[in-house]
Parts: sequence; C-alpha cells; structure tokens
Amino acid sequence: MTGQTTGATLLEASGLSVTFDGYRAIRNLSFAIGERELRAIIGPNGAGKTTFMDIITGKTRPDEGRVLWGPLSRSLLAMNEAQIARIGIGRKFQRPTVFEDQTVRENLIMALKAPRSPFAVLRWKPRRPDLDRTETLATQVGLGQALSRKSGELSHGQKQWLEIGMLLAQEPKLLLVDEPAAGMTLAEREQTTTLLTELAKTRAVVVVEHDMEFVRRLNCRVTVLHEGSVLAEGSLDHVTANPQVIEVYLGR
Amino acid sequence: MKHSFFAKNPSVLLFLACLALFTIAVTVMSEAWGLSLIPTSFVKTLGKTLCLCLVALAMDLIWGFTGILSLGHMAFFAIGGYMIGMWLMYARTEEIVILSLANSPLPATPEEIRQGITSQIFGVVGSSELPPIWSFAHSLPLQLLLVLLVPGLLALVFGWLAFRSRVTGVYLSILTQAMTLTLALWLFQNDSGLRGNNGLSGLQNIPGLGQTSQDVISIWLFLASALALALGYLLLSSITSGKFGSVIRAIRDDETRMRFLGYPVESYKLFVFTLAALIAAIAGALYYPQAGIINPAELAPIASIYLAVWVAIGGRGQLWGAVLGAALVSLLSSWFTGGRAPDLPLGFYTIKWVDWWLILLGLGFVCVTLFAPQGLAGLLQRLAGPLTPRRGGAPLGPDPGALQEKEARE
Ligand SMILES: Nc1ncnc2c1ncn2[C@@H]1O[C@H](COP(=O)(O)OP(=O)(O)OP(=O)(O)O)[C@@H](O)[C@H]1O
Ligand SMILES: [Mg+2]
Repeated sequence: MTGQTTGATLLEASGLSVTFDGYRAIRNLSFAIGERELRAIIGPNGAGKTTFMDIITGKTRPDEGRVLWGPLSRSLLAMNEAQIARIGIGRKFQRPTVFEDQTVRENLIMALKAPRSPFAVLRWKPRRPDLDRTETLATQVGLGQALSRKSGELSHGQKQWLEIGMLLAQEPKLLLVDEPAAGMTLAEREQTTTLLTELAKTRAVVVVEHDMEFVRRLNCRVTVLHEGSVLAEGSLDHVTANPQVIEVYLGR
Repeated sequence: MKHSFFAKNPSVLLFLACLALFTIAVTVMSEAWGLSLIPTSFVKTLGKTLCLCLVALAMDLIWGFTGILSLGHMAFFAIGGYMIGMWLMYARTEEIVILSLANSPLPATPEEIRQGITSQIFGVVGSSELPPIWSFAHSLPLQLLLVLLVPGLLALVFGWLAFRSRVTGVYLSILTQAMTLTLALWLFQNDSGLRGNNGLSGLQNIPGLGQTSQDVISIWLFLASALALALGYLLLSSITSGKFGSVIRAIRDDETRMRFLGYPVESYKLFVFTLAALIAAIAGALYYPQAGIINPAELAPIASIYLAVWVAIGGRGQLWGAVLGAALVSLLSSWFTGGRAPDLPLGFYTIKWVDWWLILLGLGFVCVTLFAPQGLAGLLQRLAGPLTPRRGGAPLGPDPGALQEKEARE
C-alpha cells in the first residue's frame, strides 16, 4: 500500500457532527492525518467534503466533536479563522481568490509567512530575503515575468497558480485543497499532481477531488465520505473494491 | 528612506507643493500680512475647508481603502471641537471674570472666580454648578489630551463592540449613524453639561490673545490647518502605500480570504476606525476655533453623510481625490447656501440656490455614482491617462491645491 501515514499525527478530528437547519451534514466524522502525508477525499456531491474543511479552518463550528492539532494536541475549536491560519493551516478554495486590484508581488508579499498584527505590518519593510523569496515563488508558479502586473489581468489558470504560490508563501504545515483540477487543462492537471505530491514530502496535504483519474495519479491514501461520515479508507484500489462505495458513489 | 518614499509616490510631493503654494498665496493676499485681497472671513472659510479636507482624508482611509462605510466620523470631528472649545470658552471667560472682579475692593478668591465663570457659562442653562466634565477645562494641555483621548476611546469601544460581532456593510453604517445621533441627542440635553442646544460659542477669541486682531489669528489658524493637512496627508500616504495599505485594500475586497491568510481582520478594522477618529478629532479641534461656535447640530447624522458624499465625488481610495472632493463640494456648498450665488430666473420660476443646492448636490452624487465610480479623481486620471505611463496605477493627477486657488478667487 502506498502513502502510509508518515511521522506523528498532525491533525486529529473525532466525533464531529454539524447540523444545518435540521439537516445533519456531518455525522460522527473522524479523521486523522500525519505530518507528511498526502490524502485524497472523495465522495458524491453533498457528502460534506467542503463542510469538513470549513470545520477545520474555523469557518463552521461543529455541534459535537473535537479537532486536535500538533504534538501538543491543541484544540482548534477554540480558535478563529485567522488564528488557525497562523498556526499553519492553509486552504485553497474551489474558485480562485486572489486580490485582483493588486499586483502579483503585493499578493505574494501579503501571503509571506510573517507577523500578521497591524503594528507588525506597519513596521514591515521589504528586505532582500523577502523579495528574493517572492521572486522564487513567482518563478515556481510560472509568474516570474508577471510580478508587477495586476493580478486581475491574469488568465484563470494563472490566477490558480498565483493562489497556489500564495499558499506556498504561507508555509503551512497542513494544506487543504478543494477541487484543484476543476477547470484545468490536462497539462495543468499533471503539473498540479506533481506539485501536490512534491509538497506532501514536507507537509500534510488534503485534496478534495471528484476526478478519479486525478486521484489515481496522486497515488495516495483515499478517504471516502458519504452523508457526512467516513464510508471507507485505504488505497484507491482498496476503496473502489468496497461494495458500499461502489453502490453510493461509483456505481451510479 | 525619505527619497525612496517620494520617488515611489510622486503625487505626494506634488500635493504638498500645491498645498504650500496655496498656503503662501492666501497668506500673502490676506489682510493680516499682505495685500488685503482676501477678506478675513474668507481666510476663515478657507482654513475651515482645509480641516474638512483633513477629515475627508480620514474618511477615505476608512471607506475608500478599508471598505468600511462609517457614517459617524463627523461625531469624532465634533467631539474634537467640543474638547478644545471647552478650554477656549473657560479660559476666555476666566479672563473676563478676573477683569471684572479687579475693580472690587477685596482681591477675588479662586472660589469667586470659579463661581463667576460658572454663572457666565452656565447661566443660559440655569445651572450654578460646574459640571464634572469641565474639570480639566482650565488647562490647555489636559484639554488637548482630551481632544485625542475622548474620541479615541469612544472609537475604540464602539469599534471593538461592532467589529468583534462582525457587523459589516449597511448594518455597520446604520450603527454608526445611530452612534452620532445618540451623541447629538445627548448633547442637546441641558444636563449633558455642555450647554445643551446653545453649544459653545465665542471660540474665535483665543485666550491670552485678546489684543491680537482676528485678521492675524485667522491666518495663524489657517496655517495650522494647512500644516495639519500636510502632516495628515504624509501619514496616510505612507500608511496606505506599503504592505499595510495592501492589507487594508485586501480586507476591503475580500475579508474572508484575508482571515484564511491569517490576518486578524477585526484588529485592522479597529485600528483604522480609531486612527480615522483621531484624525477627525484633530481636524475638528482646528475647525471650530475658526467657525467660532459649535452646537449639537454638528453631530447630526447628515453631517457624516455629507462627508461620505465628498469622498465619493472626489474619488474613493485616492487620497488627493478625497481632498479635492471635500474642498470643491464644501466651498461650492457655502457659496450656494450663503446666498452669494445669483438666482436663476427661468421666467416661470426662479431657482433660488439656497433651496436648490441640495438637489444639485444630490444629482451630482447620483451622476458620479453612475458614470464615474472612481469620482473626479478617476475622471482626471483617465484624462491624464494617455499622457502619463500607468506604472502600477500610481496616482498622478492634477493637484487639489490649484483647484482651491481657483475657487478662492471667486
Ligand atoms: N451553510 C450551509 N447552510 C445549510 N446547508 C449547508 C451549508 N453548507 C453546506 N450545506 C449542506 O451540507 C451538505 C454538505 O455540503 P458540502 O458543501 O460540504 O458538500 P461537498 O461534499 O463539498 O459537495 P460538492 O462535491 O458538491 O462540493 C449539502 O447538503 C449542503 O447543502
Ligand atoms: Mg464542495
């Protein structure tokens, strides 16, 4: 089996439940990921994949359960979105969100790992290492020539890459990526899988994806969500052989 | 460091140069020191206009750059005015009381002086006790401290409550309107301790300068206002041009995303809200000695709405745009409402500008909103567009100072 949990457990969620207007979107969900691990989450529409990410990042508060982080097992439920982001959880949304009114450089500088309080930011001055890092990141995502361009002028694909660059700039310990392949060309998909597997060597990465081909290429452990709880977990071949999974998801 | 800041922001230097030219021109043409081309009353109008430009800068910071449509910042402006007004009125009355008691056979005791001041100031509201909020009014340094402290703390507490519960958009605007209305209603009461609807008056008489003519005082206040505007402009352009500026504009455009980048959005909003309140308070403290009188009507909700209209017409998110809008609209407004604009006879109806000015302003506002969302600054920039290379959208527009000068000759 490939992509076994490596290192100590980084994030552990257990017994999560969320109810929206009487509808239980997440039901007694448990999930754990190691410090350097790539994990794919699949499941039919409405299975609760995005909601699960919302819980981890502090956007949605669960009715029950707990989410523990790192070797000290700090509870994430007591923190707000910004605090959770600062301890090292980065998130990429389904639609690309970059600050269109600002240049690629400004976008990246805002994302760079640095103190975030107003007073610290007021005192911040562009220094050589930061500028170098900005350039390296831009080059890494193919925007080396576009540093001074307004990001609103970029193509859809370039915006996706800029957002990925911003995520890298944050240097997160856990990266949550929601449907990265949506709207990408075949070549871009391949680039993305390479990048994600590369990233997972130094941190934990969770990828939500519908596209089975994409998941297969990630070559990692897969968690299948259905109606808000885990239906199966294991290698892709293992879960696709599971009759329940075939019934609710693949068989349709 | 200085060099690189101005090199990167040439419009700042341009603005400061225009403001300096304008200031020198007005001074030279004033009755105090020069050619007597500009009457003292108009020097005061121009000085007040500079203060309004300063508060417009604060509004641009909070609305144009951070995206918080506060409709309450004129309250902080007025509170700044009240705070300085308390000292002006107290110290001036003290002079008068001491003078009048000088003829009595026995030297006046401090208690008698105090009593005299109290009855002079509070006779109109039928109170014989000096309200506790006047405890510091005898001291200029303390009262100057209050100019910053009272609006600053009020903004801090209000902002903390509002932003912590994530009140945004139109709800926040309504809340700020409610704040300024509440303060106005409170001040209207006689037992607020600030003379109810009489407000504070005689503020143009600066204590200790009884022998100095208003011609000279008006120029000093005018120069102080120009200096404050210059410093405010420098401060805000340095804040808004760096990473901090980037962050607040990003909060304006997508605050949720900024949270996921780890930025404590609420702290930024609170910081900006309070800083804008402090700038507004300083502007108010310079404005009311030139206006001579302040009363609770100055905190009416409409005052803060006007402030937003100036900034919208001038151009949000562009510091010189806000200055331009405030100068243009407030000067036009005082021209039209001051009865100086000639009536427009249409044969069947005569347009009296005193009544019609508001409608004209409203139409102007609608037109700007519909056809020039970037305001006059955006229009001018577009006109200048083909001439200047647009490197990263650096603002390179005509100066607001020149426009004020043109206005001044009318
Ligand atoms: N804020 C909300 N209020 C009410 N219901 C919600 C809310 N967010 C999600 N839901 C519901 O919860 C369920 C799970 O939604 P979620 O977005 O997590 O699914 P998903 O697995 O991401 O689906 P997709 O594959 O379509 O992205 C859905 O039925 C959805 O309608
Ligand atoms: Mg989803």
